Amino acid sequence: MTQAAIQADASDAMITMTGVGKWYGAFQALHNVDITVAQGEKIVLCGPSGSGKSTLIRCINHLEAYQEGEIRVGGMLLGHQSKTIDAVRREVGMVFQQFNLFPHLTVLQNCMLAPVKALGLGKADAEERARQLLERVKISEQAEKYPAQLSGGQQQRVAIARALCMRPKVMLFDEPTSALDPEMVKEVLDTMIALAEEGMTMICVTHEMGFARQVADRVIFMASGAIVEEAPPAEFFSNPQHERTRKFLGEILGRH
Amino acid sequence: MNYTLDFTPVIDGLPSLLSACLGTFFLAICGMLLATVIGIGGVVLRQSPIKALRWLVIGFVEIIRNTPFLVQIFFIYFALPLAGIRLDPTPTAIIALGINGGAYAIEIIRGGVQSISKGQMEAGLALGLHKAQVFRLIILKPALRAIYPSLTSQFVLLTLSTSIASAISAYELTSVSQRIESDSFRSFEVYFTVTVFYLVISWVMMRIFAFFSARYFSYPVK
Repeated sequence: MTQAAIQADASDAMITMTGVGKWYGAFQALHNVDITVAQGEKIVLCGPSGSGKSTLIRCINHLEAYQEGEIRVGGMLLGHQSKTIDAVRREVGMVFQQFNLFPHLTVLQNCMLAPVKALGLGKADAEERARQLLERVKISEQAEKYPAQLSGGQQQRVAIARALCMRPKVMLFDEPTSALDPEMVKEVLDTMIALAEEGMTMICVTHEMGFARQVADRVIFMASGAIVEEAPPAEFFSNPQHERTRKFLGEILGRH
Repeated sequence: MNYTLDFTPVIDGLPSLLSACLGTFFLAICGMLLATVIGIGGVVLRQSPIKALRWLVIGFVEIIRNTPFLVQIFFIYFALPLAGIRLDPTPTAIIALGINGGAYAIEIIRGGVQSISKGQMEAGLALGLHKAQVFRLIILKPALRAIYPSLTSQFVLLTLSTSIASAISAYELTSVSQRIESDSFRSFEVYFTVTVFYLVISWVMMRIFAFFSARYFSYPVK
Protein backbone atom coordinates (compact mmCIF):
# COMPACT_ATOMS: atom_id res chain seq x y z
CA MET A 1 0.00 0.00 0.00
CA THR A 2 1.33 3.45 -0.81
CA GLN A 3 1.70 6.12 1.82
CA ALA A 4 -1.19 8.11 0.33
CA ALA A 5 -3.43 5.07 0.40
CA ILE A 6 -2.64 4.45 4.06
CA GLN A 7 -3.55 8.00 4.95
CA ALA A 8 -6.75 7.93 2.95
CA ASP A 9 -7.59 4.68 4.62
CA ALA A 10 -6.97 6.12 8.06
CA SER A 11 -9.15 9.16 7.51
CA ASP A 12 -12.17 7.42 5.96
CA ALA A 13 -12.25 4.38 8.15
CA MET A 14 -13.83 4.60 11.58
CA ILE A 15 -12.70 1.13 12.54
CA THR A 16 -10.05 -1.03 11.00
CA MET A 17 -9.26 -4.49 12.24
CA THR A 18 -6.27 -6.10 10.63
CA GLY A 19 -5.36 -9.72 11.17
CA VAL A 20 -6.94 -9.77 14.63
CA GLY A 21 -6.50 -12.99 16.58
CA LYS A 22 -7.76 -13.82 20.04
CA TRP A 23 -7.25 -16.80 22.29
CA TYR A 24 -8.85 -18.00 25.49
CA GLY A 25 -5.97 -20.11 26.73
CA ALA A 26 -5.45 -22.69 24.01
CA PHE A 27 -8.82 -22.02 22.36
CA GLN A 28 -8.64 -19.62 19.47
CA ALA A 29 -11.77 -17.44 19.50
CA LEU A 30 -10.90 -15.18 16.56
CA HIS A 31 -8.90 -16.09 13.48
CA ASN A 32 -7.21 -13.43 11.40
CA VAL A 33 -10.17 -11.03 11.33
CA ASP A 34 -10.03 -8.16 8.83
CA ILE A 35 -12.81 -5.60 8.90
CA THR A 36 -12.93 -1.99 7.80
CA VAL A 37 -15.91 0.11 8.79
CA ALA A 38 -16.28 3.50 7.17
CA GLN A 39 -17.75 6.48 8.96
CA GLY A 40 -21.54 6.26 8.94
CA GLU A 41 -21.54 2.66 7.85
CA LYS A 42 -23.92 0.15 9.44
CA ILE A 43 -22.72 -3.39 9.82
CA VAL A 44 -24.75 -6.37 10.96
CA LEU A 45 -22.72 -9.25 12.34
CA CYS A 46 -24.39 -12.62 12.46
CA GLY A 47 -23.51 -16.24 12.83
CA PRO A 48 -24.24 -19.28 14.97
CA SER A 49 -23.70 -19.06 18.71
CA GLY A 50 -20.07 -19.41 19.65
CA SER A 51 -18.94 -18.06 16.29
CA GLY A 52 -17.05 -15.19 17.92
CA LYS A 53 -19.27 -12.26 16.91
CA SER A 54 -19.69 -10.95 20.45
CA THR A 55 -16.00 -11.50 21.14
CA LEU A 56 -15.19 -9.51 18.03
CA ILE A 57 -17.15 -6.40 18.95
CA ARG A 58 -15.96 -6.65 22.55
CA CYS A 59 -12.41 -6.39 21.21
CA ILE A 60 -13.23 -3.04 19.63
CA ASN A 61 -13.62 -1.37 23.03
CA HIS A 62 -11.13 -3.70 24.68
CA LEU A 63 -13.56 -5.45 26.98
CA GLU A 64 -11.66 -8.40 25.56
CA ALA A 65 -7.94 -8.17 24.90
CA TYR A 66 -6.71 -9.38 21.53
CA GLN A 67 -3.34 -11.00 21.08
CA GLU A 68 -2.63 -10.65 17.38
CA GLY A 69 -3.07 -8.03 14.68
CA GLU A 70 -4.18 -4.45 15.08
CA ILE A 71 -7.35 -2.50 15.81
CA ARG A 72 -7.73 1.17 15.04
CA VAL A 73 -10.70 3.25 16.13
CA GLY A 74 -11.10 6.75 14.73
CA GLY A 75 -7.42 6.69 13.78
CA MET A 76 -6.27 5.70 17.28
CA LEU A 77 -4.37 2.48 17.64
CA LEU A 78 -6.08 0.42 20.33
CA GLY A 79 -3.10 -0.83 22.25
CA HIS A 80 -3.15 -2.46 25.62
CA GLN A 81 -2.18 0.59 27.69
CA SER A 82 -4.99 1.93 29.83
CA LYS A 83 -4.61 5.45 28.39
CA THR A 84 -5.45 4.50 24.81
CA ILE A 85 -8.08 2.06 25.98
CA ASP A 86 -9.88 4.82 27.90
CA ALA A 87 -9.59 7.19 24.94
CA VAL A 88 -11.13 4.60 22.62
CA ARG A 89 -13.87 3.71 25.08
CA ARG A 90 -14.97 7.32 25.27
CA GLU A 91 -15.51 7.26 21.49
CA VAL A 92 -17.28 3.92 21.35
CA GLY A 93 -20.71 3.33 22.87
CA MET A 94 -21.89 -0.14 23.71
CA VAL A 95 -25.31 -1.66 24.29
CA PHE A 96 -25.48 -5.06 25.95
CA GLN A 97 -27.86 -7.97 25.71
CA GLN A 98 -28.68 -7.69 29.42
CA PHE A 99 -29.01 -3.85 29.37
CA ASN A 100 -26.67 -3.54 32.38
CA LEU A 101 -28.28 -0.40 33.73
CA PHE A 102 -27.03 0.56 37.18
CA PRO A 103 -29.81 -0.49 39.57
CA HIS A 104 -29.03 2.03 42.32
CA LEU A 105 -29.24 5.05 40.02
CA THR A 106 -32.29 6.59 38.43
CA VAL A 107 -32.63 6.62 34.65
CA LEU A 108 -31.37 10.20 34.60
CA GLN A 109 -28.42 9.42 36.89
CA ASN A 110 -27.54 6.40 34.75
CA CYS A 111 -27.22 8.74 31.79
CA MET A 112 -25.30 11.44 33.67
CA LEU A 113 -22.71 9.32 35.47
CA ALA A 114 -20.13 8.79 32.74
CA PRO A 115 -20.33 12.24 31.14
CA VAL A 116 -19.67 13.79 34.57
CA LYS A 117 -17.07 11.29 35.81
CA ALA A 118 -15.31 10.32 32.59
CA LEU A 119 -15.66 13.49 30.49
CA GLY A 120 -15.67 15.99 33.32
CA LEU A 121 -18.90 17.60 32.13
CA GLY A 122 -20.70 19.87 34.60
CA LYS A 123 -23.81 18.43 36.26
CA ALA A 124 -26.19 20.88 34.59
CA ASP A 125 -24.75 20.23 31.13
CA ALA A 126 -24.81 16.49 31.70
CA GLU A 127 -28.43 16.65 32.81
CA GLU A 128 -29.45 18.70 29.81
CA ARG A 129 -27.70 16.26 27.50
CA ALA A 130 -29.26 13.28 29.28
CA ARG A 131 -32.78 14.70 29.09
CA GLN A 132 -32.31 15.48 25.41
CA LEU A 133 -31.25 11.94 24.63
CA LEU A 134 -33.94 10.38 26.79
CA GLU A 135 -36.35 12.45 24.73
CA ARG A 136 -34.80 11.06 21.59
CA VAL A 137 -35.35 7.46 22.69
CA LYS A 138 -38.88 8.52 23.75
CA ILE A 139 -38.54 7.75 27.42
CA SER A 140 -38.09 11.17 29.00
CA GLU A 141 -41.14 10.72 31.24
CA GLN A 142 -39.32 7.87 33.05
CA ALA A 143 -36.25 9.93 33.93
CA GLU A 144 -36.76 9.80 37.70
CA LYS A 145 -37.52 6.09 37.86
CA TYR A 146 -35.14 3.29 38.74
CA PRO A 147 -34.25 0.58 36.19
CA ALA A 148 -36.21 -2.11 38.02
CA GLN A 149 -39.38 -0.08 37.51
CA LEU A 150 -39.07 -0.22 33.72
CA SER A 151 -39.88 -2.91 31.16
CA GLY A 152 -37.07 -4.63 29.31
CA GLY A 153 -37.66 -2.60 26.18
CA GLN A 154 -37.63 0.65 28.13
CA GLN A 155 -34.44 -0.39 29.92
CA GLN A 156 -32.72 -1.11 26.65
CA ARG A 157 -33.75 2.27 25.25
CA VAL A 158 -32.31 3.91 28.36
CA ALA A 159 -29.12 1.92 27.81
CA ILE A 160 -28.94 3.32 24.28
CA ALA A 161 -29.48 6.87 25.57
CA ARG A 162 -26.84 6.32 28.27
CA ALA A 163 -24.29 5.29 25.66
CA LEU A 164 -25.23 8.23 23.41
CA CYS A 165 -24.66 10.67 26.28
CA MET A 166 -20.94 10.16 25.72
CA ARG A 167 -21.43 11.45 22.13
CA PRO A 168 -19.70 8.39 20.71
CA LYS A 169 -18.52 8.12 17.12
CA VAL A 170 -19.39 4.45 16.96
CA MET A 171 -22.11 2.36 18.57
CA LEU A 172 -21.70 -1.34 19.21
CA PHE A 173 -24.80 -3.44 19.84
CA ASP A 174 -24.30 -6.89 21.34
CA GLU A 175 -27.54 -8.80 20.70
CA PRO A 176 -29.62 -5.88 21.98
CA THR A 177 -32.98 -7.57 21.52
CA SER A 178 -32.16 -11.16 22.49
CA ALA A 179 -33.18 -10.79 26.13
CA LEU A 180 -36.43 -9.00 25.34
CA ASP A 181 -39.97 -10.29 25.27
CA PRO A 182 -41.14 -10.39 21.64
CA GLU A 183 -43.54 -7.47 22.01
CA MET A 184 -40.69 -5.19 23.08
CA VAL A 185 -38.28 -5.99 20.28
CA LYS A 186 -39.84 -3.46 17.91
CA GLU A 187 -39.45 -0.40 20.15
CA VAL A 188 -35.74 -1.10 20.51
CA LEU A 189 -35.23 -1.81 16.81
CA ASP A 190 -37.11 1.39 15.94
CA THR A 191 -34.74 3.32 18.19
CA MET A 192 -31.76 1.72 16.47
CA ILE A 193 -33.20 2.43 13.02
CA ALA A 194 -33.69 6.09 13.94
CA LEU A 195 -30.10 6.23 15.13
CA ALA A 196 -28.89 4.65 11.89
CA GLU A 197 -30.86 7.19 9.87
CA GLU A 198 -29.08 9.99 11.70
CA GLY A 199 -25.81 8.65 10.34
CA MET A 200 -24.32 6.88 13.34
CA THR A 201 -21.61 4.34 12.60
CA MET A 202 -22.97 1.07 13.97
CA ILE A 203 -21.92 -2.52 14.37
CA CYS A 204 -24.77 -4.74 15.48
CA VAL A 205 -24.58 -8.35 16.51
CA THR A 206 -28.14 -9.47 15.93
CA HIS A 207 -30.29 -12.16 14.43
CA GLU A 208 -32.99 -9.66 13.49
CA MET A 209 -32.75 -10.18 9.76
CA GLY A 210 -35.52 -7.68 9.05
CA PHE A 211 -33.37 -5.05 10.71
CA ALA A 212 -30.37 -6.19 8.70
CA ARG A 213 -32.30 -5.87 5.42
CA GLN A 214 -33.61 -2.44 6.29
CA VAL A 215 -30.57 -0.81 7.84
CA ALA A 216 -27.32 -2.63 7.13
CA ASP A 217 -24.86 -1.52 4.49
CA ARG A 218 -23.15 -4.85 4.86
CA VAL A 219 -23.90 -8.13 6.58
CA ILE A 220 -20.94 -10.07 7.86
CA PHE A 221 -21.36 -13.75 8.56
CA MET A 222 -18.99 -15.44 11.00
CA ALA A 223 -18.43 -19.03 11.94
CA SER A 224 -15.84 -20.63 14.24
CA GLY A 225 -14.15 -17.31 14.95
CA ALA A 226 -13.57 -16.32 11.33
CA ILE A 227 -15.38 -14.20 8.77
CA VAL A 228 -16.98 -16.50 6.23
CA GLU A 229 -18.52 -13.91 3.96
CA GLU A 230 -19.72 -10.37 3.81
CA ALA A 231 -22.07 -8.71 1.38
CA PRO A 232 -24.75 -6.02 1.13
CA PRO A 233 -27.98 -7.41 2.60
CA ALA A 234 -29.81 -7.89 -0.71
CA GLU A 235 -26.99 -10.01 -2.03
CA PHE A 236 -26.34 -11.70 1.30
CA PHE A 237 -29.89 -12.98 1.64
CA SER A 238 -30.61 -13.75 -2.02
CA ASN A 239 -27.30 -15.22 -3.03
CA PRO A 240 -25.19 -16.50 -0.13
CA GLN A 241 -21.90 -17.84 -1.42
CA HIS A 242 -20.94 -20.37 1.25
CA GLU A 243 -22.56 -23.54 2.37
CA ARG A 244 -22.34 -22.54 6.04
CA THR A 245 -24.09 -19.25 5.32
CA ARG A 246 -26.87 -21.01 3.44
CA LYS A 247 -27.31 -23.47 6.27
CA PHE A 248 -27.41 -20.68 8.85
CA LEU A 249 -29.90 -18.62 6.84
CA GLY A 250 -32.02 -21.69 6.31
CA GLU A 251 -32.18 -22.27 10.05
CA ILE A 252 -32.76 -18.71 11.09
CA LEU A 253 -35.24 -17.72 8.37
CA GLY A 254 -36.91 -21.12 8.29
CA ARG A 255 -38.12 -20.52 11.82
CA HIS A 256 -40.47 -17.75 10.76
CA MET B 1 -32.04 -20.67 98.91
CA ASN B 2 -32.50 -17.58 100.92
CA TYR B 3 -31.54 -14.70 98.70
CA THR B 4 -33.17 -11.32 98.93
CA LEU B 5 -32.94 -9.20 95.82
CA ASP B 6 -31.42 -5.85 96.53
CA PHE B 7 -31.07 -3.45 93.60
CA THR B 8 -29.87 -0.55 95.77
CA PRO B 9 -26.23 -0.73 94.59
CA VAL B 10 -27.44 -0.90 90.99
CA ILE B 11 -29.73 2.08 91.46
CA ASP B 12 -26.95 4.01 93.17
CA GLY B 13 -24.62 3.11 90.33
CA LEU B 14 -27.13 3.92 87.61
CA PRO B 15 -25.51 7.20 86.51
CA SER B 16 -22.15 5.51 86.02
CA LEU B 17 -23.78 2.50 84.32
CA LEU B 18 -25.65 4.74 81.90
CA SER B 19 -22.59 6.75 81.06
CA ALA B 20 -20.72 3.45 80.59
CA CYS B 21 -23.37 2.56 78.01
CA LEU B 22 -22.29 5.64 76.09
CA GLY B 23 -18.70 4.37 76.36
CA THR B 24 -19.86 1.08 74.84
CA PHE B 25 -21.61 2.94 72.02
CA PHE B 26 -18.51 5.00 71.43
CA LEU B 27 -16.27 1.93 71.20
CA ALA B 28 -18.75 0.14 68.97
CA ILE B 29 -19.30 2.99 66.54
CA CYS B 30 -15.62 3.88 66.24
CA GLY B 31 -14.82 0.19 65.84
CA MET B 32 -17.43 -0.20 63.12
CA LEU B 33 -16.20 2.82 61.20
CA LEU B 34 -12.67 1.47 61.29
CA ALA B 35 -13.92 -2.02 60.39
CA THR B 36 -15.81 -0.60 57.40
CA VAL B 37 -12.74 1.24 56.16
CA ILE B 38 -10.60 -1.87 56.61
CA GLY B 39 -13.30 -4.02 55.04
CA ILE B 40 -13.67 -1.93 51.87
CA GLY B 41 -9.95 -1.19 51.64
CA GLY B 42 -9.18 -4.87 52.12
CA VAL B 43 -11.56 -5.87 49.33
CA VAL B 44 -9.88 -3.36 47.00
CA LEU B 45 -6.40 -4.67 47.86
CA ARG B 46 -7.67 -8.24 47.61
CA GLN B 47 -8.44 -7.57 43.92
CA SER B 48 -5.14 -5.83 43.28
CA PRO B 49 -3.07 -7.01 40.33
CA ILE B 50 -0.10 -7.12 42.72
CA LYS B 51 0.15 -10.60 44.14
CA ALA B 52 1.95 -9.53 47.33
CA LEU B 53 -0.94 -7.21 48.28
CA ARG B 54 -3.49 -9.93 47.70
CA TRP B 55 -1.55 -12.30 49.91
CA LEU B 56 -1.15 -9.64 52.56
CA VAL B 57 -4.95 -9.33 52.80
CA ILE B 58 -5.47 -13.09 52.76
CA GLY B 59 -2.86 -13.51 55.51
CA PHE B 60 -4.42 -10.72 57.58
CA VAL B 61 -7.90 -12.22 57.32
CA GLU B 62 -6.68 -15.72 58.20
CA ILE B 63 -4.66 -14.58 61.21
CA ILE B 64 -7.42 -12.42 62.65
CA ARG B 65 -10.24 -14.88 62.05
CA ASN B 66 -8.33 -17.79 63.56
CA THR B 67 -7.15 -16.21 66.80
CA PRO B 68 -9.17 -15.16 69.86
CA PHE B 69 -10.28 -11.57 70.08
CA LEU B 70 -9.10 -11.38 73.70
CA VAL B 71 -5.59 -12.35 72.65
CA GLN B 72 -5.68 -9.72 69.89
CA ILE B 73 -6.57 -7.03 72.43
CA PHE B 74 -3.82 -8.20 74.79
CA PHE B 75 -1.36 -8.26 71.93
CA ILE B 76 -2.06 -4.64 71.01
CA TYR B 77 -2.16 -3.53 74.64
CA PHE B 78 0.80 -5.40 76.10
CA ALA B 79 3.00 -6.43 73.18
CA LEU B 80 3.04 -3.25 71.11
CA PRO B 81 4.57 -1.09 73.89
CA LEU B 82 7.67 -3.27 73.47
CA ALA B 83 7.84 -1.87 69.95
CA GLY B 84 7.47 1.62 71.36
CA ILE B 85 3.73 1.91 70.60
CA ARG B 86 1.89 2.74 73.79
CA LEU B 87 -1.86 3.25 73.64
CA ASP B 88 -4.55 3.91 76.25
CA PRO B 89 -7.18 1.23 76.80
CA THR B 90 -9.92 2.96 74.81
CA PRO B 91 -7.91 3.58 71.62
CA THR B 92 -6.53 0.08 71.96
CA ALA B 93 -10.04 -1.34 72.15
CA ILE B 94 -11.17 0.68 69.12
CA ILE B 95 -8.20 -0.49 67.05
CA ALA B 96 -8.70 -4.10 68.12
CA LEU B 97 -12.43 -3.96 67.35
CA GLY B 98 -11.76 -2.31 64.01
CA ILE B 99 -9.11 -4.84 63.02
CA ASN B 100 -11.16 -7.81 64.13
CA GLY B 101 -14.41 -6.56 62.62
CA GLY B 102 -12.52 -5.46 59.50
CA ALA B 103 -11.20 -8.96 58.84
CA TYR B 104 -14.73 -10.36 58.91
CA ALA B 105 -16.05 -7.41 56.93
CA ILE B 106 -13.50 -8.08 54.16
CA GLU B 107 -14.88 -11.56 53.62
CA ILE B 108 -18.50 -10.41 53.83
CA ILE B 109 -18.08 -7.43 51.47
CA ARG B 110 -16.03 -9.54 49.06
CA GLY B 111 -19.00 -11.89 48.82
CA GLY B 112 -21.19 -8.92 47.98
CA VAL B 113 -18.83 -7.68 45.28
CA GLN B 114 -18.71 -11.15 43.75
CA SER B 115 -22.49 -11.27 43.66
CA ILE B 116 -22.63 -8.26 41.31
CA SER B 117 -22.87 -9.37 37.69
CA LYS B 118 -19.84 -8.92 35.47
CA GLY B 119 -22.03 -6.89 33.13
CA GLN B 120 -22.07 -3.99 35.61
CA MET B 121 -18.29 -3.72 35.53
CA GLU B 122 -18.29 -4.03 31.73
CA ALA B 123 -20.97 -1.38 31.30
CA GLY B 124 -18.95 1.03 33.44
CA LEU B 125 -15.71 0.33 31.61
CA ALA B 126 -17.43 0.63 28.23
CA LEU B 127 -18.57 4.11 29.28
CA GLY B 128 -14.96 5.13 29.73
CA LEU B 129 -14.83 4.99 33.53
CA HIS B 130 -11.68 3.69 35.23
CA LYS B 131 -11.75 0.47 37.17
CA ALA B 132 -11.54 2.33 40.49
CA GLN B 133 -14.44 4.61 39.50
CA VAL B 134 -16.51 1.62 38.45
CA PHE B 135 -15.89 0.00 41.84
CA ARG B 136 -16.68 3.13 43.80
CA LEU B 137 -19.62 4.44 41.79
CA ILE B 138 -21.24 1.32 40.38
CA ILE B 139 -20.25 -1.84 42.23
CA LEU B 140 -19.95 -0.78 45.87
CA LYS B 141 -23.48 0.28 46.72
CA PRO B 142 -25.32 -2.72 45.23
CA ALA B 143 -22.63 -4.98 46.76
CA LEU B 144 -23.16 -3.50 50.22
CA ARG B 145 -26.89 -3.78 49.80
CA ALA B 146 -26.57 -7.46 48.94
CA ILE B 147 -24.65 -8.28 52.13
CA TYR B 148 -26.22 -5.70 54.41
CA PRO B 149 -28.01 -8.24 56.65
CA SER B 150 -24.77 -10.20 57.20
CA LEU B 151 -22.84 -7.02 57.86
CA THR B 152 -25.50 -5.91 60.33
CA SER B 153 -25.25 -9.09 62.37
CA GLN B 154 -21.46 -8.93 62.23
CA PHE B 155 -21.56 -5.39 63.57
CA VAL B 156 -24.03 -6.28 66.33
CA LEU B 157 -21.53 -8.97 67.29
CA LEU B 158 -18.81 -6.32 67.23
CA THR B 159 -20.95 -4.16 69.53
CA LEU B 160 -21.24 -7.01 72.02
CA SER B 161 -17.52 -7.77 71.72
CA THR B 162 -16.83 -4.38 73.28
CA SER B 163 -17.43 -6.17 76.60
CA ILE B 164 -14.16 -8.07 76.06
CA ALA B 165 -12.37 -4.74 76.23
CA SER B 166 -13.16 -4.81 79.96
CA ALA B 167 -10.11 -7.08 80.19
CA ILE B 168 -7.91 -4.02 79.65
CA SER B 169 -10.31 -1.76 81.59
CA ALA B 170 -11.48 0.24 78.60
CA TYR B 171 -14.30 2.51 79.58
CA GLU B 172 -17.45 0.56 78.72
CA LEU B 173 -20.43 -1.14 80.34
CA THR B 174 -18.92 -4.46 81.42
CA SER B 175 -15.90 -3.01 83.21
CA VAL B 176 -17.99 -0.43 85.06
CA SER B 177 -20.48 -3.09 86.12
CA GLN B 178 -17.64 -5.33 87.31
CA ARG B 179 -16.53 -2.52 89.58
CA ILE B 180 -20.04 -2.13 91.05
CA GLU B 181 -20.33 -5.87 91.45
CA SER B 182 -17.02 -6.23 93.29
CA ASP B 183 -17.94 -3.37 95.61
CA SER B 184 -21.41 -4.68 96.43
CA PHE B 185 -21.26 -8.45 95.77
CA ARG B 186 -24.71 -8.07 94.18
CA SER B 187 -23.73 -10.21 91.16
CA PHE B 188 -27.22 -11.24 90.06
CA GLU B 189 -28.70 -7.76 90.26
CA VAL B 190 -25.75 -6.17 88.48
CA TYR B 191 -25.49 -8.65 85.63
CA PHE B 192 -29.26 -8.86 85.21
CA THR B 193 -29.33 -5.11 84.72
CA VAL B 194 -26.32 -5.19 82.42
CA THR B 195 -27.94 -7.92 80.32
CA VAL B 196 -30.99 -5.73 79.84
CA PHE B 197 -28.76 -2.80 78.92
CA TYR B 198 -26.93 -4.86 76.31
CA LEU B 199 -30.25 -5.96 74.82
CA VAL B 200 -31.28 -2.33 74.53
CA ILE B 201 -27.92 -1.39 73.01
CA SER B 202 -28.22 -4.16 70.39
CA TRP B 203 -31.74 -3.08 69.60
CA VAL B 204 -30.67 0.55 69.15
CA MET B 205 -27.84 -0.59 66.87
CA MET B 206 -30.24 -2.56 64.74
CA ARG B 207 -32.52 0.48 64.48
CA ILE B 208 -29.55 2.55 63.34
CA PHE B 209 -28.73 -0.04 60.69
CA ALA B 210 -32.35 -0.18 59.58
CA PHE B 211 -32.32 3.60 59.27
CA PHE B 212 -29.26 3.54 57.00
CA SER B 213 -30.77 0.74 54.98
CA ALA B 214 -33.94 2.72 54.38
CA ARG B 215 -31.90 5.83 53.62
CA TYR B 216 -29.35 4.38 51.19
CA PHE B 217 -30.52 0.99 49.97
CA SER B 218 -34.19 1.55 49.31
CA TYR B 219 -33.97 1.68 45.50
CA PRO B 220 -36.24 -0.94 43.93
CA VAL B 221 -34.83 -4.17 42.54
CA LYS B 222 -36.62 -6.97 40.77
